[in-house]
Parts: sequence; structure tokens; C-alpha cells
Amino acid sequence: MLELKNISFTVSDGKEALGIVNDVSLTVPDGEFMVITGPNGGGKSTLARLIMGIEKPTGGQILFNGTDITNLSITERAKMGIGYAFQQPPRFKGLTVRRLLSLAHGSELPEDQCCSYLTKVGLCSKDYLNREVDASLSGGEVKRIEIATLMARELSLAIYDEPEAGIDLWSFTMLVESFKTMMTGRKESVIIISHQERIMQLADEIVVIADGKIRNRGTKDEIFPKLMGEFDNACNFRGGEN
Amino acid sequence: MDKIDFSMLGKIADMTEIPTVGAYNIRKNGLGVERHSTENIEIIPKTDKPGIDIRIKPGTKAEKVHIPVIITKEGVNDMVYNDFYVGEGADVEIVAGCGIHNSGCQTSEHDGIHRFFIGKNARVRYVEKHYGEGEGTGKRILNPTTQVYMEENSYCEMEMVQIKGVDSTIRETQANLAAGAKYVVLEKLMTHGSQKAESNMTINLNGKDASAQIISRSVAKDTSEQVFKPTAVGNADCKAHVQCDSIIMDEAKISSVPAITANNADAQIVHEAAIGRINNDQLLKLMTFGMDEQEAENIIIQGFLA
Repeated sequence: MLELKNISFTVSDGKEALGIVNDVSLTVPDGEFMVITGPNGGGKSTLARLIMGIEKPTGGQILFNGTDITNLSITERAKMGIGYAFQQPPRFKGLTVRRLLSLAHGSELPEDQCCSYLTKVGLCSKDYLNREVDASLSGGEVKRIEIATLMARELSLAIYDEPEAGIDLWSFTMLVESFKTMMTGRKESVIIISHQERIMQLADEIVVIADGKIRNRGTKDEIFPKLMGEFDNACNFRGGEN
Repeated sequence: MDKIDFSMLGKIADMTEIPTVGAYNIRKNGLGVERHSTENIEIIPKTDKPGIDIRIKPGTKAEKVHIPVIITKEGVNDMVYNDFYVGEGADVEIVAGCGIHNSGCQTSEHDGIHRFFIGKNARVRYVEKHYGEGEGTGKRILNPTTQVYMEENSYCEMEMVQIKGVDSTIRETQANLAAGAKYVVLEKLMTHGSQKAESNMTINLNGKDASAQIISRSVAKDTSEQVFKPTAVGNADCKAHVQCDSIIMDEAKISSVPAITANNADAQIVHEAAIGRINNDQLLKLMTFGMDEQEAENIIIQGFLA
């Protein structure tokens, strides 16, 4: 179980402090599939990075399975079974897709297993296994490989930061199917940051974050009617992308 | 031949024992110690100066030649001239490489001058690895000179690697390509401590449809310094691509000076050069797999130089 207690993250430009995440408290029970949504610039990605340890909160406490992880490094959190798929994944010259998946897994992965992860994200595995994760791959391809690296790990908590961003429609359909499959027989908790209704449809719980705060949370039946209004408002937030 | 010899031969030429097939010449501390020719590949010591002639018969297929050099003493200054004559239509792999184990305080140096005469339609894959080790304060210096003469429609691929431990290197490479010849170079270099490396390369594309692809990847750590000067000269309707890519770390210095010249309006020559630190997101990504920062850095460098 993940517990965020009064988490804040403030940045300063030397003159004034700007609150990116403001006093957020949130619990993700074991096995829950949570979708975090809300306007761009509202603090969703920062919240995900705070959970992974890429950023450290300026206030509050993070507990994971009862342990205080607030001051633990990314590496320590990863070893506890937390994983994070980047919104804009980095590329690696010289590292093949197969090697990257093996590094994610923690040991050399057999070819057929690599292939099954790639197929799940809509990539024809034979074409990709030995390709380098470098600039020769398109943004959408790198993004799908990123998602596959999380599938290759054994996690207690998987965080996906806008998995749909930069992915074409056909692959997106594959991705939604993969997430659906993950729902069955899944032990780990999943947090997905998403703007996509079809991903929200899969959620046990939807959390709406805006202005660094939780605006709404509940089941999809509770949240969807309100969300339509929220999304209209969201247009006002465009331009403040984080 | 002892344990240290074979440990170095393993690193530079993937040899863990004396080969049972193929031609080879092993040079140790300035002298040829083991030599073997085959029906198609003859290795003949030069009579006028140190070195060997390697004569590969036309049409020789799928054979390998190993010509590693090891230096295990301090104060050795070895200069060697090796000439490779690759017959028409041959298809061979040549594994060179030099390892220096210097435990003393005097400099050990090996300067190899390799000339390749590659016949029509022949194919050569050449691998050269340089490596230095030893607890001594004596410098380990390797200065390779490579000259390649390629006839019509020949193909030559050279992988030139400096693994680690080489205090100073000046690499001079020159290639001359006739019509339809294709030359591919993959240079990989790592320097650390206060090492210095310089690589000068000139590729002359002299015939129609000649092509060259030069990829140079390097990592400079600590206070080491590297200078790259690859030059492609298009004298005909030809294609060349030069790419220099370096990771810079700590207090290192890297200078990359690619030059391209076209002496023919149909020559298409491109160069790219980039120097930069390891990207922070790359480190973060690997740390989310459970690696610490140092492990992540090693994986990135290994991949880059793989």
C-alpha cells in the first residue's frame, strides 16, 4: 500500500515560491488500478516523480507498505518494487531493445519473453529485439519500449506517466488491451496518469488533480459526470504545461 | 607463453590458447614467438626490417588470421611493419591487437605500421584492440599507422578499439578507394587518468561509387584528452558519412574536427560530430531499474562503446 501524507513540492526562482504539489494526501491500496487525470500543469507528473524518488518533497511523508520512503533514493525504491515509465523516455546509443528489457528485468531475458512484452505494446518483436534504442526509433516506438520495460519488471507498484502520449491510434488500442489483460491476475498496484477516457474506464479509482491539489476522487461512475465539466475548465489551463 | 600472456591475448584477440586452425603470428617483446601459415595464407618475416608479409591467395574464403602483439617488459620500444596482400575475391578476417603489461617504471611502446593491399572484389574484416595494464609507473604507448589501398569493388571493415590503460596514442589512418570500393570504420576509444589520444584519418574516395562510413565513438574520463581529425575527400561520384560521437566526463577535454572536401560535383559527403555529458534522464531511467548511479553510468558507457 502506498500512502502519501500531506505531500508538498515547492520550487523557488529566488524571489517567490511556487507550489507545484500542495498538501496532497492519497492512499493507493494493494492491487488497485488508479488513474490520475487533470489539466496539464496541474502537478500529476510531479506527483509521480515524487513517488519514484526522482524529486524529493519539500513537505510531507511517503509510506510504502508501512515503511517511510520519503528520504530513500530512486535505487532503493526501485528495489522495493516501484517502477516508473517516463513520459519522455531517454534514448540509449548502443543499447539494444533486448538488452534494455533484460536490464529492466534484472537478468538476461529469453527471446520469447522479450517478444511477448513487445507484442503487448504493439511492436513486431522480431524487427525490434536487436535494434538500438537510439535516435533511429520514432518517439512512439521509444514510448512503447518504455512501457514494455515496466512489464518486464516484477513490481509492487507500477507508475505510467501518460502512456498514450505520442502513440498512434492503432498502438493505443493494443495498449488499452494490454492494460485490460494486466487487470486480470495482477498483483501489483498500478497508477496511470492519463487523459484518455478508455484508460479511465479501466480504473478502480479516478483521482483528478488540478493546481497541485486533489480536486475530486472516486469510482468512474462518480467521477465521469463531474469530469466532463472539469475538462471544459481544463482548456483554461492549456499553455501551462509541465 | 604464460598466464599473463594468454590473459592479454584473450582481451586483445579473443585467444585463450594457441589456435589449432588458421594462420597466426604472435609477437612478444619485439620478437616473433609463434608463427603458422596455411595453404592459402602465408606469413613471411621481412628481411630488411622488423615485421611480416601476410599473403592471402585469391579466392580464399572464410579464413582467419591472428597477428597479436604483446609486451610484458618495461623499456621495450617495438616498431613493426606488417603488410597484408589480400588476393582478388578473397574473403577473410584479420584479428590484430596489442596488449602491454608494464609493471616497471620505464616506458614500453609499440608502433605498428600496417599496410593493406586489397584486391578486386575481396572482402576483409579487420579487428584491432589495444589494451594496457600493469602496476608500474612506466608509460604504455601505442601508435598505430594504418594504410589501406582498395581496388575495384573491394570491401573493408575495420573495428579499431582502445579498451583501456593506454597512456598515449597517436593513430594515423589513411585509405584510398577505387571505383565501387566500400570502406567502413568503427573506432571506439576510452581514455582515463591523464591519458592522451589523437586520431587522424584521411579517406580518399577516388573512383565512381566508392563509399565510406566512419563512426567514431569515444569516452573521455578524469583529466584525459582526445583529439579527432577525420577527413573525407571525394574525388569522384562517391558517398561518405563521417560521424564522431563522444561522451565527456569529469575534467576531460575532447576536440572533434571533422573535415570534408569534394573535388567532384557528384560527391556526397556528410559529417556529424557531437560531444556531451551522459544525459541525466538516462541515469535516472536505469536507476528506476534498481541500479545505483555508478552502475548506471557503467552500463551507459559499455553500451555506447559496445
